Amino acid sequence: MISQIRLALRAGIVTEPAAADSELEPLGRRLEGEIQRLFGRSLHIRQVDAGSCNGCELEISGLTGPHYDLERFGLHFVASPRHADCLLVTGPVTRNMAEALRRTWAATPDPKIVIAAGDCARDGGIFAGSYAVVGGVGAVVPVDAIIAGCPPSPRALLAGLLAAIGRRTGSVAP
Amino acid sequence: MTADVVLALLQVVVVTAGAPLLVGALRTLKARLVGRRGPRVLQPYSDLVKLLRKEAVVSTTTSWIFRLTPYVLFSTMVVAALIVPLVLARPVLDFAGLVLLMYLFVLGTFFLALAGLDAGSAFGGMGASREVAVAALAEPTVMVAILALALQAGTSNLGGIVERFAREPLLAANPGHLLAFSALFIVMLAETGRMPVDNPATHLELTMIHEAMVLEYSGHYLALVEWASAMKLFLFMTLLANLFLPWGMPTAAGPLTILLGLVVLAVKLAVLTAGLAVVETTVAKLRLFRVPELLAGSFALALLSVLSVFLLR
Amino acid sequence: MSVLLYFVATLAGVAGAGVGVAGLLGTAWTVRVEGLVPLGGLELTLDPLAGLFLALVGVSTAAASLYALGGAGGAHRNVGAYLAFVGALGVVPLAANAMTFLIAWEIMSVASWILVLDGRSDRETRRAAWVYAVMTHAGLACLLAGMLLLGAHTGSLRFVDWQAAAPALAPAVRHTAWLLLALGFAGKAGVIPLHVWLPLAHPAAPSHVSALMSGVMIKLGVYGLLRVGFEWLGEAPAAWGVVILLAGAVSAVVGILYALVDHDLKRLLAFSSIENIGIILIGVGGAMIFRHADLEALTLLALVAALYHVVNHAMFKALLFLGAGAVVHGVGTRNMEAMGGLIKRMPWTAGCFLLGAMAIAGLPPLNGFVSEWLTFQALLQNLRLAEPALNLVLILATAALALTAGLGAACFVKAFGITFLALPRSEAAAHAHEATPAMRVSLVGLAVACVLLGLGPTLVVPALGRVAGPVIGAAAPVAWGGVVILGVPDHFARMSTLAIAAALAIGLVVPFVVLARAGVSRRRRLYETWGCGRMLQTARMEYTATAFADPFKRVFRFFYRPEKRLELDVHPESRFFVQRIAYTNPASSIFEEWLYRPLLSALRAIIDRVQRLQSGSATAYLAYIFVVLLALLVLR
Repeated sequence: MISQIRLALRAGIVTEPAAADSELEPLGRRLEGEIQRLFGRSLHIRQVDAGSCNGCELEISGLTGPHYDLERFGLHFVASPRHADCLLVTGPVTRNMAEALRRTWAATPDPKIVIAAGDCARDGGIFAGSYAVVGGVGAVVPVDAIIAGCPPSPRALLAGLLAAIGRRTGSVAP
Repeated sequence: MTADVVLALLQVVVVTAGAPLLVGALRTLKARLVGRRGPRVLQPYSDLVKLLRKEAVVSTTTSWIFRLTPYVLFSTMVVAALIVPLVLARPVLDFAGLVLLMYLFVLGTFFLALAGLDAGSAFGGMGASREVAVAALAEPTVMVAILALALQAGTSNLGGIVERFAREPLLAANPGHLLAFSALFIVMLAETGRMPVDNPATHLELTMIHEAMVLEYSGHYLALVEWASAMKLFLFMTLLANLFLPWGMPTAAGPLTILLGLVVLAVKLAVLTAGLAVVETTVAKLRLFRVPELLAGSFALALLSVLSVFLLR
Repeated sequence: MSVLLYFVATLAGVAGAGVGVAGLLGTAWTVRVEGLVPLGGLELTLDPLAGLFLALVGVSTAAASLYALGGAGGAHRNVGAYLAFVGALGVVPLAANAMTFLIAWEIMSVASWILVLDGRSDRETRRAAWVYAVMTHAGLACLLAGMLLLGAHTGSLRFVDWQAAAPALAPAVRHTAWLLLALGFAGKAGVIPLHVWLPLAHPAAPSHVSALMSGVMIKLGVYGLLRVGFEWLGEAPAAWGVVILLAGAVSAVVGILYALVDHDLKRLLAFSSIENIGIILIGVGGAMIFRHADLEALTLLALVAALYHVVNHAMFKALLFLGAGAVVHGVGTRNMEAMGGLIKRMPWTAGCFLLGAMAIAGLPPLNGFVSEWLTFQALLQNLRLAEPALNLVLILATAALALTAGLGAACFVKAFGITFLALPRSEAAAHAHEATPAMRVSLVGLAVACVLLGLGPTLVVPALGRVAGPVIGAAAPVAWGGVVILGVPDHFARMSTLAIAAALAIGLVVPFVVLARAGVSRRRRLYETWGCGRMLQTARMEYTATAFADPFKRVFRFFYRPEKRLELDVHPESRFFVQRIAYTNPASSIFEEWLYRPLLSALRAIIDRVQRLQSGSATAYLAYIFVVLLALLVLR
């Protein structure tokens, strides 16, 4: 116990500052105004794996570590969609996960936003056109923003999430 | 009389407003101990405000019990805040003892467990079953520790105990006191769902005890439930602080003395929070079926504290 | 016709309650009729303690008869036996000599035996009736032996004479008499290990009878223990108090442990009765110990706590049994694994059952909390006793009481939650019907009684103090606090359920109103339960009663000795395709295995030996008679 505390105190805070700009691709104007006012300081995220290869999940799990630490911005991963404000969906949405994703979205209380992370979530990525895939998150639930990448790095993910709640400037395409 | 009522209401305000601050400080401290910057200390307030502005999704399987439980939980914590000795070293409201306080917590747990069963999901049932098991096994420890305190103070009324210890501080400096403190500290970990009994930030439903019952709540119901949990932690820590470290509590009620009392309380809570953060960060979560062994150990500590009170009388 | 008889019984119950309350408050009369009963005649005396128990009998009878009026299944058979049962229940506390007492006791037992059998002949009922008959008559034999022993040594069969002659009795006689009488009364009360009949008989009987049996009949065992321990044998040594205290502590813990793992709703309630008798006996044992140490205020406190729990348990156990009866009547089975979702189909029953469950779990501000609080306050002051051995016993009793309180809350979360909440687990539960209006009236009446007993301890406790005072021979009246705040003697503790209830109500209403005004609580949407996005939400996904009890089964493994039985039916063509899984996890009863079975085998072995005397030859029998006559002549 003592050695652990000593190590922690010696190592200090290793969190890096977040990226200043992001390449978030918002769809529509939902991410402005009311949403930013509501979620600007507190966004609870439920991550949904809709058939992804887990590459995006590994990057997302880096967000909770000491280097990227999304908690300092009021972002927090939660266990149940009932507790969530934002669904962070990865994967091309396989046919077997389509209904589950729809139910998860319906189980999330309003107002909510959906952010698709990764190229697969955008349009199916490298799995696009497969018989097992529905074709991007947008085909199942309404998507508010996309963070592209295969997989997107934790820096990009964090910058994208912050841009979604208005904490950073992102490229805005109406 | 009116001064007492005003003081009691002040206690409620302090506990209700201060509980999220305590939880926020704990989270930030835990983060700093593992090298993260961590959330803001005032983050729980932002969370609560946001939750109150969201809609609540209620399951069609549930009944009025599900909708009533968050209010019952919050109400029991408010009443507990009325009777816990917070600032002054004399009883504010005269009619409350440790036994009543423990049973108030059981009232909250009872309804939360029912709400967990009400949703009709396996998560809720599992959380309810485990939570009542842990609470039931912690009861003997609490009663025997209360016995140790009551034996020394000559009364089981909260205010009376604090008054007696504040008048004779040396009474609190004996090994029985330390043993009772350790026993109640372990009980606090069990009842408020902290490591090593339960991880409050876990996402794995099979490891959840308290969280599993809360999975179904959203919106303002969730806000009330989270707030009540924070208040429970605050109240337990206040009890530990004021029953076992009763020094520095003023006896007369006046604006300056109350302010002083609040400062003293804040200092004691800060120390306890730091201790709790260290314990939570360094101790790994226990396997669920090892928790009864931990509680049996705390019962042994409480029994030892009573014996030492007897022997050193 | 039976409706009319039940109506008469209700009125009789109310009348009896009135007489009982009059006795409680101080009226005393005696009735003596020579010749009706052998060996002393019929003799009835009303004193405060008898009045208390008579009032309990009256109120419970009124509630149960009103319920039976409502026509729960099987309620219209054996009405005669019911009336005899109720009458005998009323006479037992009033009896003032041994024969009146024992005859009323026996009528009570036989009438309840008929009601347990209830005209059925299936194996389970017959076994329940058989075990009940054997245990109750074993108890009667002990009572008879004890009372006749006392009668022989004091020269009279009247209770007042025993009280007067007690100091002059030889110690061996006192101890033997106490042992025999305590065994008989403890068996009726359902104390471990004499409890085996309770979980068989109470579920088998129809619900209104179970309510009376659990609510009142087993309390008459406690009544007997009180009379024996405090009056008939004079000043009790500390050892008797310790025995009762330990028996109470063990019954409390063991009773609730068995209740936790049971999923027959009525058998769960029966085991819970054993637990509550244990709590009462902890109070009685504590009172006996304190009395021996001449701590009058503490004795009074402990005895008042025990009597309060007697009253409370009668009320909420009757409520729970009648509610369970309504449920069983509506669903058609006692198995909790087939229930669920009843809160929407039977809202009145559910509401009353919830109140009963909260009361028995000891939640403030209801009545169960008050009596448990009083018992704790009595036990917490054990430092006043100067003997470390007694202190240790009382500390362990405190821990046991705390454990049973916690486990009791868990048990009734299960009882209410699995039975009434979530989705129905069977077709019958999905189509259950609410209780009839008469049944509802009795349920609501008992629920109101529980609430009033919880909010008004400042009125009830002084009354019980006046009952307990004469029993222990207390001289000085004790101050019990004011109107709103209940205080314990010597300023050890104070408590006010009224204030707590008011504070809880305000704490409930204020956030509700604030959130409603702010428009926050209006934002609501209905959707299915969160199940990780799975397709189907059926009752098969709910937690079962067996699963709910699983953590307890594991923690108390050394006690339950559960056996896991798993049967897998696989597809004939491949053992990887399972078609059916049957899983049972029953707990075995250690008392049957370790106590009763060896005892019965030993008894059978002795009987086999003795049977050789029954040779069937008349010459041998004449020889026996000759030998016995010779022995009597020589030894006289």
